[in-house]
Amino acid sequence: MAKKTADKKADNSKQVGSHKSGVTQPQLGFIGMCRWAWRQLTTMRVALILLLVLALAAIPGSLLPQRIQDPGRVTTFLEANGAWGQFLDTIQMFDVYSSIWFSAIYLLLMISLIGCVIPRSAQHWKAMRSAPPKAPRRLGRMPGYESFTSATGSAESREVADQGFLDTAQARLKKLGYRTVRHDDHVAAERGYLRETGNLVFHIALLVATLTMAIGSLFGYQGQRILVEGETFTNSLVAYDSFEPGSYYDANNLPDFRLKLDSFESTFDDQAPGSQFGQPRTFDAKVTATADGKSEKHTLRVNEPVRVGGTGVYLTGNGYAPEVTVKDAKGQVVQSGPQVFIPDGGDPGYTSEGVIKVPDSAGTQMGFVGVFLPTATQNENGELVSSFAELRNPYLVMSGYTGDLGLDNGTPQSVYTIDAENMTEMTDATGNPLLIQLAEGETQKLPDGGSVTFDGVKRYIAVDISQDPTQGLMLVSAIAVLLGLGLSLFIPRRRMWVRIKDGQAEVAALARGEDQMVERAAKDLAKDLADEPDDDPDDDSEERI
Amino acid sequence: MDVNTDLAMWSNQLIISAMVVYAVAMIFYAFDLFGGRELKQTEAGATSAAKPSNVRRTNRKATTALLDPPQTDVSAEISAGSGKEKPRRGARIGTSLLVLAALLHVAAVLTRALSVMRVPWGNMMEYVLTATVITVIVFLIVNVKKDIRYLGTIVAGGVLLCLGLAITVFYTPAAKLIPALDSYWIAIHVPIAILSTSLLYISAILAVFQILKNTQETKNPKWLRFMRRMPASIDLERFSYTIAAVGFITWTFTLIAGAIWAEVAWSRYWGWDSKEIWTFVVWVIYAAYLHARATRGWGPTKVAVLNLIGIATVIFNFTVVNMYFNGLHSYSGLG
Ligand code: HEM
Repeated sequence: MAKKTADKKADNSKQVGSHKSGVTQPQLGFIGMCRWAWRQLTTMRVALILLLVLALAAIPGSLLPQRIQDPGRVTTFLEANGAWGQFLDTIQMFDVYSSIWFSAIYLLLMISLIGCVIPRSAQHWKAMRSAPPKAPRRLGRMPGYESFTSATGSAESREVADQGFLDTAQARLKKLGYRTVRHDDHVAAERGYLRETGNLVFHIALLVATLTMAIGSLFGYQGQRILVEGETFTNSLVAYDSFEPGSYYDANNLPDFRLKLDSFESTFDDQAPGSQFGQPRTFDAKVTATADGKSEKHTLRVNEPVRVGGTGVYLTGNGYAPEVTVKDAKGQVVQSGPQVFIPDGGDPGYTSEGVIKVPDSAGTQMGFVGVFLPTATQNENGELVSSFAELRNPYLVMSGYTGDLGLDNGTPQSVYTIDAENMTEMTDATGNPLLIQLAEGETQKLPDGGSVTFDGVKRYIAVDISQDPTQGLMLVSAIAVLLGLGLSLFIPRRRMWVRIKDGQAEVAALARGEDQMVERAAKDLAKDLADEPDDDPDDDSEERI
Repeated sequence: MDVNTDLAMWSNQLIISAMVVYAVAMIFYAFDLFGGRELKQTEAGATSAAKPSNVRRTNRKATTALLDPPQTDVSAEISAGSGKEKPRRGARIGTSLLVLAALLHVAAVLTRALSVMRVPWGNMMEYVLTATVITVIVFLIVNVKKDIRYLGTIVAGGVLLCLGLAITVFYTPAAKLIPALDSYWIAIHVPIAILSTSLLYISAILAVFQILKNTQETKNPKWLRFMRRMPASIDLERFSYTIAAVGFITWTFTLIAGAIWAEVAWSRYWGWDSKEIWTFVVWVIYAAYLHARATRGWGPTKVAVLNLIGIATVIFNFTVVNMYFNGLHSYSGLG
């Protein structure tokens, strides 16, 4: 096996590294070093160590927030942890899976894998085309071994009888799936080439899968969008709330389709006790997808993406968008329509936070920051909370600000927060901060004479829209991994020899790799040949060995 | 919401009853394992030692046939010449009780499933409930082919411990599925994950026994006297490996099926979510374990330690990752 010799050579060449011969003989030394490194890298031992290191290196990504998951949490972590956070960031602990060190480990593993697979494939190719090796002289040393006296042949000449016995043995072995070769005094047989084939398929498929993963992220894209009931999404760059193309994705090639959210319905469990109370049960988004001039209605659900124009649309979130009308002091409507409020991820009651920005009111700008409660209830401390996720007692609680929203100074800002630095909070008649509290349909006057009305509530959904042209290839390699593994672990590879000399028969079996049946195989075949010396293989009840 | 609370209550009752029977089974098994009878056996594993070994380096695994009856104490006593075969009454009663407990346990799983009319693995409690029953069933099935009653104490004890956790720490009232789990993939991905866990668990117990047996074979300390009832460490090693190999394949399937489900649910097949990370870590460690077996310089004990690290990651993946790590597995609004 290649790995054995590689190990040996690696031991010899250890001196190359320690003697620093490279200093005096740069050329030889460098090549020597490369050779040494290559041999080391392609040993089983190093592959094993790399695997263990890979497992270890994958762990920090689950302990620390990752930018690919949640950049917001990374920012929070950095703010909270000062220099320590900076240090972690420097060593790419928040981008573990694209970090230099993680990449280095799996690249080394891949190189090692290539260095392993190529020679083994060549070897296997030869082995598959060559005859099973001749019997060694002393068969008794094989792990499976039986000897017995063949009963036939007393009548005719010994020679003929022995040959007849070998004929039978060869036929038997062939029937059991062995490749056989006949020699003067014995039959040599081998089976289970598929084991090594499977192993190679497995390793090669792993390689392909890793490459596919890398390529997929270069040529695909992922985008997010929030859609309020009645809204239509038209697939183009400007329509995305966020868009992350792979390095080679050509955003001009976005497939042409539209998606309208007709309605969204959800149900929550109001009967289950304990932790199950209030848990969501169904999320059904009725959508109309239009592509190539054809419109089709679909129900988009969490585990049922809508696939349109080679693109997948996935339901990843939902929430409430209260419809609020703001009038200025002159009674002019300066803002109306649904405002997306974001539910607090941990709250089963869907307590949601949001803002309303009113940039073009007469005079100064206005902003409102608030909380939306689908089912407002007072808890034991007298605080308003939402006790259920459905709209049973919708309630909007907000504070108001006037001043400069900062929309014009060019810095991008989130649509879900207000920077109140240059604004002053509205106050009520007594000078306390103004509290706006509205049930559905209610209106509250503002200190300057304007008003805020809570008209109603619309649902919205968050969808991921993504394309990954390599998914099919990934699936194929995954299946190849599985099949290869199955063959490689469960096909016994075994050599057998049946020898006869003057009626003295020997059956020997040698396992190549894991094989628990090797002794049994020899035993069964011996029994078979001893019982049935003649050429009538009518007993088909035997097990495959 | 269409939950049959009566059936759910019955299920809870059945779990308790099964636990009682498991406890008694464990005691009988323990009697069998630690029981006082001294065997006048010399070194167990005679058949293993007699074979010419090292035909090829890696063939330490292939030198004996697993199909030969291993050295259970019965065969050991016979070969020791006591002539009369003493029935292992403790083990026999233990197994009968285990079957009874398993029946109650199956009934508990079924009533739970019927109470909500869905697969019985929608939350951690149900996962434990099903994983333990599968472990017992795998154990009983393997036991038909091959006497592994020496594992009974640990299997029954482990199941008892897990069920105890299931009805306390993990307890979840019977209810319908959340939308994130409501997919036919739950019927493909999860049971195979459960099966993998059971197989890897049994393999790990065997690995522990293999290490103990090896210590007994080489140093024979007093406190390991009970290990005499086990097959030779080389046989334990091979058996542990075989089960881990099956477990590795099913785990590979779990990982692939999980990735496909992730694509359907979250728009990408792999996103380094904490659950995905740990599933990957588990997979890589067992791949390393399989490699280690074929690597020079890695003796059976060292390899067994890798197996134990593997099961540690499996357990970590199920407990700590599920309960304390941020991830995508809860679905409330914007994730
Ligand atoms: C991506 C990294 C790798 C993974 C995940 C991996 C995984 C596996 C697994 C699961 C097996 C068990 C299947 C079997 O026993 O037939 C295996 C076997 C094997 N692997 Fe790898 N492998 C990797 C890299 C390598 C490398 C770099 C080498 C070469 C040094 C290698 C050489 C082998 C060999 C020779 C076997 C057969 C062992 C035996 O005879 O039991 N593998 N590998």
